[in-house]
Amino acid sequence: MRYLPHTDDDISTMLRVTGADSINDFFAVVPEELRRPSGMALPDALTEWELNDLMAALSNADTGATDFLSFVGAGSYDHHIPETVPFLAGRSEFATSYTPYQPELSQGTLQAMYEYQTLLARLTGMEIANASMYDGASALAEAILMALRITKKNTVALSTAVHPFYRQVVRTYVEPTGCSVLELPVLESGRTDLLTLASSADSAVAALQSPNFFGCMEDLPTAARIMHDQGGLLAASFTEPVAFGLYRPPGDDGADVACGEGQSLGIPRSFGGPGVGIFCTRSRYVRSMPGRLVGKTRDQSGKRGFVLTLATREQHIRRERATSNICTNSSLCALSSAVYLASLGGSGLRRLARLNYDKTEYLKRNLSEAGWTMPFTSPTFNEFVARIPGDAEEAHRGLREKGILAGVPLGRWYPDLRDCLLLCVTETATREDMDRLVSEVRS
Amino acid sequence: MSERVGTQGLLFNEPLLWERGSRGRSGMSLPRADVEPAPVDEDLVGNGPDIPDLSEPEVVRHYTRLSQWNFGIDSNMYPLGSCTMKYNPKTNEKQAARPGFAGAHPLLPSELSQGALQLMAELEQYLAEITGLDAATLQPAAGAQGELTGMLIMHAWFKHHDDRRSKIIVPDTAHGTNPASAALCGYRAVPAASGPDGILETAVIDRLMDDETAGIMITNPNTLGFFEENIKAIAQIVHRHDGLVYCDGANMNALMGIVDLAAAGVDILHLNLHKTFSTPHGGGGPGSGPVLVRKKLEPFLPVPRVVPDGKGWRLSDDFPLSIGKIHAFQGNFGVMVKAYSYIRSMGADLKRASQLAVLNANYLKERLKGVLHLPYDRPCMHECVFTDALQQPYGITTLDMAKRLMDYGFHPPTVYFPLVVKDALMMEPTETESRDDIDRFVEALEAVAKEAVESPELLREAPHVCKTERLDETEAARNPRLTG
Amino acid sequence: MKEISELLFPENTLYAEDHEWAKIEDGVATVGINDYAQDQLGDIVYVELPQVGDSFERGDEFGTVESVKAVSELYMPLSGEIIAVNENLEDSPELINQSPYEEGWIIKIRPDDDNEAEELMEKEAYLSFLKGDD
Ligand SMILES: Cc1ncc(COP(=O)(O)O)c(C=O)c1O
Repeated sequence: MRYLPHTDDDISTMLRVTGADSINDFFAVVPEELRRPSGMALPDALTEWELNDLMAALSNADTGATDFLSFVGAGSYDHHIPETVPFLAGRSEFATSYTPYQPELSQGTLQAMYEYQTLLARLTGMEIANASMYDGASALAEAILMALRITKKNTVALSTAVHPFYRQVVRTYVEPTGCSVLELPVLESGRTDLLTLASSADSAVAALQSPNFFGCMEDLPTAARIMHDQGGLLAASFTEPVAFGLYRPPGDDGADVACGEGQSLGIPRSFGGPGVGIFCTRSRYVRSMPGRLVGKTRDQSGKRGFVLTLATREQHIRRERATSNICTNSSLCALSSAVYLASLGGSGLRRLARLNYDKTEYLKRNLSEAGWTMPFTSPTFNEFVARIPGDAEEAHRGLREKGILAGVPLGRWYPDLRDCLLLCVTETATREDMDRLVSEVRS
Repeated sequence: MSERVGTQGLLFNEPLLWERGSRGRSGMSLPRADVEPAPVDEDLVGNGPDIPDLSEPEVVRHYTRLSQWNFGIDSNMYPLGSCTMKYNPKTNEKQAARPGFAGAHPLLPSELSQGALQLMAELEQYLAEITGLDAATLQPAAGAQGELTGMLIMHAWFKHHDDRRSKIIVPDTAHGTNPASAALCGYRAVPAASGPDGILETAVIDRLMDDETAGIMITNPNTLGFFEENIKAIAQIVHRHDGLVYCDGANMNALMGIVDLAAAGVDILHLNLHKTFSTPHGGGGPGSGPVLVRKKLEPFLPVPRVVPDGKGWRLSDDFPLSIGKIHAFQGNFGVMVKAYSYIRSMGADLKRASQLAVLNANYLKERLKGVLHLPYDRPCMHECVFTDALQQPYGITTLDMAKRLMDYGFHPPTVYFPLVVKDALMMEPTETESRDDIDRFVEALEAVAKEAVESPELLREAPHVCKTERLDETEAARNPRLTG
Repeated sequence: MKEISELLFPENTLYAEDHEWAKIEDGVATVGINDYAQDQLGDIVYVELPQVGDSFERGDEFGTVESVKAVSELYMPLSGEIIAVNENLEDSPELINQSPYEEGWIIKIRPDDDNEAEELMEKEAYLSFLKGDD
């Protein structure tokens, strides 16, 4: 096998040094009844070329990834990725290194993560960011756990306009804490009902998503005011950070934690992962936050350098009292998103965001003319809900036969919205693409 | 000694991203605006983030230079204990990047994502076969999230049986993620001391296990690199109290094809695909931490699960006892593709990989014995642990030797872990290191040990040829500067 | 790290097994960690302090001190109410390293029970405890 360098000669020389007769001697400590009598029933090893054929066949069976015109978003977005992103993040000095515990040999990763933290803090309007979490859902769950620790309160207010999968993950994470979860309903506008939040008094945290699952921008300043009056925190989640190239970011609106998914920033969808969990907060919460942090410092000769810092929060030091159990995070994806943001630049991000917005409005307008209605009135970014005359699942299937994936039907999560689709338009959709959808809808 | 691999290459200085660039530059081509601008709600509009504008060549140069300050497995041996820094095959990257995989939206209808679903189903089967357990979830994004998943499964199991338990036994050799994951589930970690041979003794567990205790989290091989020989007897004790045995399988690289963990009494186990199954660590992630369970615990696995559906596969949420979701979607699929490619490329040679990993560790241990202090002198599995006791009389610490090794062109071993060994140096060569490379590493450590006696200041001031000298971590922690 | 003989342990100060010290004057006990503890910890980077007005039993954890790679709990040498905390430690935790018995004091307590002090050690007793401990 080409990954295994040992010749028979090597093996016998090495055995001689160790004083063992055979490799089996090292396993003498394994009790007989725990050994595997026969080998593993695994398929035979493939050559590199056979593997290529197999994987080509398997990946080609994912026809949805390649053969359809897609308007599916819902937490995973199709954006153009410049070739520089996979090329640079794929450099093996980045890809084949471990967590930068030895800073002198890891300045590349460390400076890149310091820059990532800075870029993400600027993008979300927050003061600090960590060096990444697993994904947007666990970032939100951890934000909620952090708020429970800080406020020592016992109720979590969770908007039903938060991605349904994120809400499921939050419930899984908080289940053992015994805290109660209050679900906040959605108004006609497509925004979260903040009156319910105001009247519910004593929550540790309100978790909202903006843009929310329906694409609508939430009223974060009001939510922040309500929470701060109660002595609680506002956690603002997001699945589409490109929105902050156009709209005010959560930090400017008073959020205490801005957390979400960074897949949009130069990371392929890959059937849902890996992406990158973004976690940003205020400096005053730095010692309560989960995840690794990179800090700036100097070496003995006074030269600028970077290290992992405030590690006493983490599991390898504080063990059961750590702020989180996270160890491996999503570093390489965080690097991809930094390269992406660096490539785009502030000016580029503004233009890109505007393009997403304008195209989405174009499709909304044209679908309205074609007879679909938009049930929610609040401003959206690059996703929106459309109500269709008839059954959404059926319409979705019909369009699929025409080679179009018309978003996702919402009935699965919101029975009231059984006749609605959630559609997404990014810069990758051309006017012709959208016109094609509209003309199919018309016919 | 052969020529040192560590040398001073040409390293470039490189400023921070925002110290470069100029407003109006762009490093990315944007599609044409082919629709009219639409009115925007001005109340919501922001100023746009303060991110520097760079051209494509500037971006490329910036990150290329940064990458050159990094050490990866492709540079040289990376004997970081507990991390299984094995070679990351290049073909795996190509497979994960195929448009049908990388471009697949996670909510694709199952008929349109049969390739991805089949790959996941088969990977689950392979991992079950490799470990001996019955069913798997691929959803956890890393080892620690696998541990949390396993603890939640325990929690759900006991709740389902109306049995509330408050504690869990965690050996003192355990990785920090174990007690932290248990705590997230509300379990109090009860420490169990390992015996004089570095492994758990049955009597200790017998004393600690009771009907209030959910079970044990046992790492096998443990972080000292030893096989927990008493695991079966320990499991029997835990089972006698109706508890469950959780195995941290992050060190599975020693055992593939050799040990049947189900026969050992393990009920729940996590694997680290980014260790045993060769997927790159990426400077700290992403990983993937599948969890395997016995049949009776299968109903508690996270949803969605991949289930057979006629001729093909689909995702199903229909498992009422499930602990729920742990990841936004199906887990780190891109990492799964790489692990799948690795398993298909290795086939039955996975067993040989484990055998050679163990041979390499024992060879390294034998060669270094006497150069460094070996606290437990007995055959090891995939890794071995030394200390600085022989160098301390010269005022040289584990940290000094670790830093000096960098000048010789090697990544240092894991230092000061496991905590049960004071001033530990924990080395895991992995099977992909050749005898020649291990010999060169041994020569480097011999030279460092000699310097410790003859010119200790060389070590205390090391490293000398890296991008930076030793960094002031105290200052970094006292006055955290986390953004620029 | 220093030898025990190089460390300072003032007289008229009481010592606890967890390496806190207490000095009782006018019914107020000033508490810190001793020279041995600060030396073992190394450069202290952060101190987590209790709130004035909190009350704790003897042996309760009242805060933590952190170095770069370790966290140590601080335990009450005497039961009582916290009447002052050393706020200078928030910005200058290194005071504990530089001056463990003077500027690096951590809390002042009003002890609940005068008799508890008798269970703490004088310098000599603490030193022999430490030598056995090491
Ligand atoms: C023994 C052991 N258990 C668990 C973990 C945690 O895995 P991860 O970093 O993927 O969360 C690690 C590694 O970091 C480990 O070495």
